[in-house]
Amino acid sequence: MTDRRPLALTVNGRSRAVEVEVHHTLLEVLRDDLGLTGTKECCLVGECGACTVLVEGRSVDSCLMLAVEADGATVTTVEGLAIGDRLDPLQQAFLDTGAAQCGFCIPGQLVSAKALLAVTPHPTRAEVEEGLAGNLCRCAGYEQIIEGVLVAAGGEAHEAAHATPVVGDRSAVPDANLAPQ
Amino acid sequence: MSVGEPAPRVGGRARVTGEQQYVADLPKDDVLHVKLVALDVARARIGRIDASAALRVPGVRLVMTPGDLPDPMPRFGPQRRDRPVLATGETKYHGEPVAAVAAETHDAAEEAAALVKVEYEELPALHTIAQARAPDAPLVQDPSLRPGDPCAGTNVLHEHRYSWGDVDAAAGDADLVVEGTYAFPMVTQFAIEPHAYMAAPDGDGIAIWSAIQHPYWLQRVVADLLALPLAKVRVFAPDPGGAFGGKQHAKYEPLLAFMARATGRQVRLVLTLEETFQAVRRGASEVHVRTGFRRDGTLVFRDIEANYLIGAYADIADRTVAKGSYTSNGPYRVPNVRILARSVLSHTVPSTAFRGFGNPQQIWAVESNMNEAARELGIDPLDLRLRNLAGPGEAFIPHDTAADGDWAQAVERAAEMIGWRTPTPTGRGRGIAVGLKSGPTTGLSYSTVRLLVDGSVVVYAGTSDMGQGARTIFAQIAAQELGAPLEWVTVVMGDTAVVPYDQQTSASRSSVLMGNAVLGACRDIQAKLRAMAAELEGVEQSAVEIEHGEVRVGDRSTPIREVVARALGRLGGEITGLGESRKEAEPDHPLGGTSAFYEFNATAVEASVDRDTGDITIHRHVTVSDVGMALNPAQVRGQDEGAAVMGLGHTLMEHYILDDTGRIRNLGAIDYRIPTSMDLPLRMESDMIENADGPGPYGAKGMSEGALLPVAPAVAAAVADATGAVIRDLPLSPERVWQALHESERP
Repeated sequence: MTDRRPLALTVNGRSRAVEVEVHHTLLEVLRDDLGLTGTKECCLVGECGACTVLVEGRSVDSCLMLAVEADGATVTTVEGLAIGDRLDPLQQAFLDTGAAQCGFCIPGQLVSAKALLAVTPHPTRAEVEEGLAGNLCRCAGYEQIIEGVLVAAGGEAHEAAHATPVVGDRSAVPDANLAPQ
Repeated sequence: MSVGEPAPRVGGRARVTGEQQYVADLPKDDVLHVKLVALDVARARIGRIDASAALRVPGVRLVMTPGDLPDPMPRFGPQRRDRPVLATGETKYHGEPVAAVAAETHDAAEEAAALVKVEYEELPALHTIAQARAPDAPLVQDPSLRPGDPCAGTNVLHEHRYSWGDVDAAAGDADLVVEGTYAFPMVTQFAIEPHAYMAAPDGDGIAIWSAIQHPYWLQRVVADLLALPLAKVRVFAPDPGGAFGGKQHAKYEPLLAFMARATGRQVRLVLTLEETFQAVRRGASEVHVRTGFRRDGTLVFRDIEANYLIGAYADIADRTVAKGSYTSNGPYRVPNVRILARSVLSHTVPSTAFRGFGNPQQIWAVESNMNEAARELGIDPLDLRLRNLAGPGEAFIPHDTAADGDWAQAVERAAEMIGWRTPTPTGRGRGIAVGLKSGPTTGLSYSTVRLLVDGSVVVYAGTSDMGQGARTIFAQIAAQELGAPLEWVTVVMGDTAVVPYDQQTSASRSSVLMGNAVLGACRDIQAKLRAMAAELEGVEQSAVEIEHGEVRVGDRSTPIREVVARALGRLGGEITGLGESRKEAEPDHPLGGTSAFYEFNATAVEASVDRDTGDITIHRHVTVSDVGMALNPAQVRGQDEGAAVMGLGHTLMEHYILDDTGRIRNLGAIDYRIPTSMDLPLRMESDMIENADGPGPYGAKGMSEGALLPVAPAVAAAVADATGAVIRDLPLSPERVWQALHESERP
């Protein structure tokens, strides 16, 4: 009852050709066929965001997309954010703000943030909250993740971080409400 | 960076690059995939299990049924050996597995699991405290599982009684008695990493992989079930992707061990999120509180009767009841206290440890009761607490650890941060509450530390780093004591064949107990190095001092890493240190031991309520924990804020919804909501009190649970302050708040 189809796609800049089960999701193919386990599996119903990847630059819950739908597409996973040893500014900012605790949701958070910054390079705090609303985290209070995105989006935000003792103030001026680290 | 500084997380880089491997990410080239078979009923008598269709699915290697396991059915559990490896005779809760399939592919396992035919007869299930305590209720556990237990003929697994003074005699001394019953629903840990397990034959023993908090406990459970020596059970415990208590104790590892043995292959099971809801949850509760006050607010007596709805098997639930209830009077000076708490068995998912460990249920009740009393007495709820809080060194629970912090400082700090003494903005209300939790009552942690010839350091610690950052803390301690840069320290965890024993990762113990073991191992190295340096310099050992990573002889100070190679001589090698940290059991103590430390948190909230929808907006959320000493302030902040937001989950939105037959109707992420980045308080502020008065390294206390404890009563008090509506059931969902508003407005 299985039906296999060839699939060609570009993942993190590299052309990949595999034969996949037609009913397998992009998530399954990335993790099981291509060995890219940075993309995580949790809810499988598109609610938690742990499996977020970029398909043609747009953020996608890879658990909800059949792999064959991505045929010919360009896909970016968390493994594709860094260039060699050089971390993406988002990754560095997440390290600096202590955004990662257990780390399981972090690949999805980073990829969603990447998609957000591609469209909105200098987001307000409210825009970051909305941009990450589809990515559940159970360890953090989200504050350090939100700060990580704001820091990555602009150097001055990091300066401001040291000026105020308040952590996270949605009612204050965006980008000026970061906590000291 | 040294202790006390916000050192970046050790292991952080792998967590942002996707390289961090959780159990489900480990290589699985030659594994069999396991799928559980469960019935869509809460309780049923199991008849014949027909695996023939399932076995015909290509790639299926095993359909394990109870008949394939030893007779009598092997059972296990941290408190009682009552949980069967597979349900036998009766399935006792929605989701309890009755069989399991192992196949070459995940697809085949799923397909075959759906083809396992189970004949069953549905039976009435008990899923409320009232049902389970009814005189004619069927027994959840067969009395034969509870030999010698006087309660064996009831669904009460255990009754706990604690008291001091004389509540009845003191009743007449109270000017006001405030009484109420407060309910806390079933909620689930919802770690973003669903539980994952593997097992494989390993020579003449077995290897287990599990995202588990207590690998050494698991080792014992598996050794016991398979009749193997401990040394033949190797547990790999990769860092869990969140745990929160839900990954403390064995769940499906024993099943996988038997399946690995039956197939001679490595087997792998990754739960769906829905299956995690059916594996772990927090105990629901109804707590009746009766408190007597003098007119000036002085507490006269407290009388607490708590019923916790635990599941079909004990797991560690009865311990959560015991421990959560023992401190349920809170951090207050009360001369007369009587506490009765019951663990009530039911046909529901076995409840287990969950951040707060039985305390949030009691704190919801007692702190809500305090806030109601403040309103009735006409006393500011802040003043009511300051009047009754135990002072530093005060024995607020007779015969236990005295108050180990200046708790009023934390309360006053929270009040100051939220501007408690300033007018509340129009349309808003404020609430304050405190939470106290006993730390570990016993403990045993060993650590080995190796100072290598180049001055770099390897630390072995059996703690599980599930996000709390234990790895970073231990690396900071070793770096500080041995004078190594943080990047020169490697922390090895998660392999029982390599890393020495640690009792467990729970009760916010690791910075204190394992931290002290790591510190001890470093000091052991320092002692050896002192002797070597003395010989090298030709001086008495007393002339050599080692401090802050430097070796000092006379006026000359040299970093340890420059001394070690010379001290080790031509063959090089290394200096090994051993550390041990113990908290002995005290058999006469009601909990088996006094508290190693207390976690204390004060939370204040400012909120408004939309009268048309019942929706609560939290404008400000202030959380202050007494941490003794912040070994890493960035991680303390992460834990405090994470705990606070997790507390908002059970306060505002989380709860299992059961149908009339006891099935869970909101399995999974769509119908069970946890806070997202859009559900945060408009402003969250955290702070900490540091007086270096803890028993851990440099005066640290454990701190990972405190900020969750008082969230619900603080929010409920803010709602009451804003609207007049007093709500005694959680969650404070819009529906419930709306109903309460309309009831309070009814003439």
